[in-house]
Amino acid sequence: MTFDLPTIWAAIIAFSVLTYVILDGFDLGVGILFPFAQSEQDRSTMMNTIAPVWDGNETWLVMGGGGLMAVFPLAYAVIMPALYMPITLMLLGLIFRGVAFEYRWRTVRWKGVWDVAFAAGSFIAAFCQGIALGALVQGIKIADRAYAGGWWDWLTAFSLLTGVAVVFGYALLGATWLIMKTEGGIQVQMRFFSWGLGAITLALIGLVSLITPFQNPAFFARWFAWPQMAFSITVPILVTYAAYRLFLGLNDHKDASPFLASLSIFVLCFIGIGISFYPNIVPPSLSIQDAAAPDKSLSFALYGTVVLVPMILAYTAYSYWVFRGKIDPDEGYH
Amino acid sequence: MLTYLTAETLARMQFAFTISFHIIFPAFSIGLASYLAVLNGLWLKTEDRIYLTLFEYWKKIFAIAFAMGVVSGIVMSYQFGTNWSVFSDKAGPVIGPLLAYEVLSAFFLEAGFLGIMLFGRERVGNGLHMFATTMVAIGTLMSATWILSLNSWMQTPQGFSINELGQFVPEDWWAIVFNPSFPYRLVHMVIAAFLTVSFVVGGVAAWHLLKDNTNMTTRRMFSMALWMAAIVAPIQIFVGDAHGLNTLEYQPVKVMAMEGHYDSHPNGAPLILFGIPNAKEKRIDYAIQIPKLSSLILKHDLNAPLDGLDTIPDEDEPPVAIVFFSFRIMISIGFAMLGIGVWSLFARFKGRLYDAKWLHRAAIIMGPSGFVAVLAGWITTEVGRQPYTIYGLLRTSDSLSPIAAPAVAASFLAFIIVYFFVFGAGTFYILRMMGQTPDTPRLGLRDGPIRSAGITPLQQIKPAR
Ligand code: HDD
Ligand code: HEM
Ligand code: HEM
Repeated sequence: MTFDLPTIWAAIIAFSVLTYVILDGFDLGVGILFPFAQSEQDRSTMMNTIAPVWDGNETWLVMGGGGLMAVFPLAYAVIMPALYMPITLMLLGLIFRGVAFEYRWRTVRWKGVWDVAFAAGSFIAAFCQGIALGALVQGIKIADRAYAGGWWDWLTAFSLLTGVAVVFGYALLGATWLIMKTEGGIQVQMRFFSWGLGAITLALIGLVSLITPFQNPAFFARWFAWPQMAFSITVPILVTYAAYRLFLGLNDHKDASPFLASLSIFVLCFIGIGISFYPNIVPPSLSIQDAAAPDKSLSFALYGTVVLVPMILAYTAYSYWVFRGKIDPDEGYH
Repeated sequence: MLTYLTAETLARMQFAFTISFHIIFPAFSIGLASYLAVLNGLWLKTEDRIYLTLFEYWKKIFAIAFAMGVVSGIVMSYQFGTNWSVFSDKAGPVIGPLLAYEVLSAFFLEAGFLGIMLFGRERVGNGLHMFATTMVAIGTLMSATWILSLNSWMQTPQGFSINELGQFVPEDWWAIVFNPSFPYRLVHMVIAAFLTVSFVVGGVAAWHLLKDNTNMTTRRMFSMALWMAAIVAPIQIFVGDAHGLNTLEYQPVKVMAMEGHYDSHPNGAPLILFGIPNAKEKRIDYAIQIPKLSSLILKHDLNAPLDGLDTIPDEDEPPVAIVFFSFRIMISIGFAMLGIGVWSLFARFKGRLYDAKWLHRAAIIMGPSGFVAVLAGWITTEVGRQPYTIYGLLRTSDSLSPIAAPAVAASFLAFIIVYFFVFGAGTFYILRMMGQTPDTPRLGLRDGPIRSAGITPLQQIKPAR
């Protein structure tokens, strides 16, 4: 492993995507759980827990896309056409849920419409992200620096499975987030949900992990060849530990630990995917080095990233801090 | 007929459609964010409650427009890859970092401080709240700066080389960012945003003044908006002229299309005020023209020769009619705005600014004119650049993704339906709020918190324990 510019950038892009997945993951999850709210007041409370932060969370998605174009233009240029349909649907889903935050308060008669838009948009966005992940793991056909497949290649049983897995995973993040941010009825309900969501998510992760090594001989070698195996075996062990902490936290009625445990599961899965992919950025054959932009682009963008990302993280943390604590449902809207 | 709808045509239509929607919201929020910062500053300075009322009123409208800007913008940033992947591969090394800087220095800034601006006054105090408001305004301006640098580089590329893979490789970032058309385009666009907002504010104020011209809040609004219009409209015409001269230097073919000059004029070209471009016969039908004036405007010499499209191979020409008409729409609106500005000065100095019913009616009609001018201006710019995406270097037809026409058609259709539905509803809510005066309690039906990255109102969050 060398620490040249493309590798550094691969790490930064991976960081942005991971940040996106865990941050928007929990707020999409809240959207997915929205239809299960018991009352109008619960719905408002659920939305309020994420209202202050969703826009910032989603900006990481723009960072992932824009950053990919900046530093791995070839990867961007083959992934997007290959995932044409899921990406387009995801964008449409994000439109509906993004505006629902505003519109819902501006109308009485159509409030229900925007509630549905919020839930359905969140669900579609999550499902499409999962499909995109699965399609990427399966590999993308490339010829002459361009996508060489059809516009339905992404649709396979495996990508549908990863789609479902991400929906459940996000719902788990959302539920445990709500355990942390609410009290009373919602909290009880979400704790109950989290048991089931946790179990299903883990089962799906297991299933996907079992299938993944067989998608591509290189993955198989990475996971099961000897020296690497010592390293790659630790990921599942840590996932098991995180799962244990999740259920322990639920059992002991802890506020924050189920959420933190769920986040850890996501981070670990992400590292697992990273192990499978490296040194490729687009399986099966496009490597980080081949996809990278010229050094002049990488270094120019790196200056700004090194200076600005810490600032961004600082004021993002500040805004989470300003809105810390539980939402009080009793003082809702009149 | 359907055979005309190739993947390329569809992708172009889709791009034009989605960017046209997107640009409407930033044009509004760039101007409005600055207006809000000014209002808040004036409130803190003068402690005149009218400013606070106005701030609260426009803040709510801003939040909706901003949400629409965000969601339509995310679509844009992925569309480069889905529909224009070859372009992304080739130009990515140059435009990608510019886009990344926009995200890092503008989008995060807006998203980070918007919440505090909308609901945080009590939480963080006046000082920090003013700071947040200023940051949001700066964020929108930064966003415009980077994206316009990017777009201008596509119009007037420099500072790069081309490698063996056909990629544009950056050589000199300074030259790339400060490419020749960038300063003009930036100034012209930012002023356009300010003008757009001043006419929206003026139009809303006039609407309420017609019903009740004693309301101090709407009076203040009207007065502020028309000062802005009177001062800035002439500047915009001046800047637009300079922009045009710059275009003549770097993209002469675009100017030929804007002017409707199919033929070369060796001794003094006429200014065609109006006419109908006839692409088949390559002439302007029913032209109303003033001899030699075009040479005077563009070359500052009545008899200066000007080349026409007859000197350009057909396959390198942009579609003349679209450019010709959209340019005239923009110019007419520019002069109409100037007219309103001058009219308001007369009314003001006669002390009749709030009684001049016809001025109010005219201001209402001109309310949305900024949006039309912005769209017309962009259509002039972008269509006039055709058939290239990177002027003179990369053709639009060579920029396209290898994607089947039905895929593009399906997504285009979905965007049309969703955009009209979603942004139609948003526009309706905005108009309904504008229909109420700023002093209306519980504006916008339920005075729920503002949601776009908005902040849950103070009373809704218990302190941490
Ligand atoms: C409120 C909006 C508005 C108004 C009143 C005007 N413009 Fe404009 N114009 C724009 C908003 C705009 C714009 C949307 O902002 C454009 C598109 C791209 C750009 O940078 O600015 C533009 C582009 C644009 C271009 C195209 C340059 C190019 O593509 O290379 C020219 C030559 C002018 N303008 C000139 C004028 C003149 C002479 C005006 C005075 C009557 C005028 N504009 C009024
Ligand atoms: C900064 C931002 C912008 C970039 C990078 C950009 C980029 C592009 C690209 C790549 C194309 C080629 C595809 C095509 O031919 O359709 C294009 C065309 C076009 N753009 Fe832009 N654009 C920008 C801003 C705008 C804005 C603000 C408008 C406003 C209305 C606009 C209107 C159009 C139109 C109408 C076309 C179609 C031209 C044609 O097909 O003849 N663009 N632009
Ligand atoms: C193809 C070109 C463009 C792309 C890819 C693009 C991308 C985006 C994205 C992703 C956002 C959402 C940011 C967020 O999450 O907060 C956004 C918002 C914004 N864009 Fe664009 N944009 C384009 C064209 C333009 C143009 C031409 C302008 C102005 C001159 C502009 C100005 C803004 C502003 C001010 C915002 C803030 C949101 C708002 O004000 O509504 N953009 N854009």
